[in-house]
Amino acid sequence: MTHWHSDTRELLASSHDHQLARLAACGIVLALLDAALPSPLPGIKPGLANIVTLYALASLGWRAAVWVSLLRIIGAGLLLGSLFTPGFWLSLSGGCGSLLLLAGTRWLPRRSFSVVSYSLLAACGHLGGQLLLARGWLIPHQGLWLLLPPLLTAAVITGLINGLFTLKLLESAKDET
Amino acid sequence: MTLRWPRLLAGDWLLLSLLLLTCGASFHWLWWQQGNAGELILSADGKVVSRWPLRLDHRFELHGPLGITVVEVHAGRARIASDPSPRQYCVRQGWLSRAGETALCLPNRTAISIGGQDQDDTLAF
Repeated sequence: MTHWHSDTRELLASSHDHQLARLAACGIVLALLDAALPSPLPGIKPGLANIVTLYALASLGWRAAVWVSLLRIIGAGLLLGSLFTPGFWLSLSGGCGSLLLLAGTRWLPRRSFSVVSYSLLAACGHLGGQLLLARGWLIPHQGLWLLLPPLLTAAVITGLINGLFTLKLLESAKDET
Repeated sequence: MTLRWPRLLAGDWLLLSLLLLTCGASFHWLWWQQGNAGELILSADGKVVSRWPLRLDHRFELHGPLGITVVEVHAGRARIASDPSPRQYCVRQGWLSRAGETALCLPNRTAISIGGQDQDDTLAF
């Protein structure tokens, strides 16, 4: 039988793909919420979308976390109209930084480190990625490091809160099954 | 579902305390220990008039079109002590101690700025 280019082709989406898409959609909603919340200082944000990345990491693995977080960054960039602006690149470099540190968490013994540690590391990775990009490209000035103390403190606090949220979420997901 | 405080593990507490220590250390080193700026750069009419190490106390007089700008260096810091400019912005800026800080007295065309140890940062602009 001849294939016409007007034939519709089915792209088969596995249930895994659906799960990723669902998580990424949650992440986009949380990222929008994040952007809507007023922040005391530019650069300090709750980073609620990290909860979704952490949930994906804990329940589906690191690859899933990469997918969910990259889809969320691009999706949120589209919806906020910030795609390919400096803010978008900052968000992307922060996401890559936190994914890199999350990749390292596989060597942490699971008996003594819970998802709260992952969240703290992810928050610091996010800050690190953003600061390196900002220092290297956007604001090439030594004075940028003066922002580090308050930003790091904020990262630790938000990382802790998000981590506790995720832990709670994972516990209740376990209780249900 | 009961609202129960999630249990943190030993490693979580360890990491959390390490990070809090790092926060404290970063405040200490980056904010409160930054008085080690190297030198004061004095300019008049857009040209550097002189450079002066901040650890030596001194008073300078810079001559501009409106009159004399008095610069004071004291205890590793520098300020414009007095200036004939009408709005006194540079005087009200007070003491400068960090590398990169600048006080401009535009009407009198004089300025001071603090130079740090590495001076290559502004090249990228």
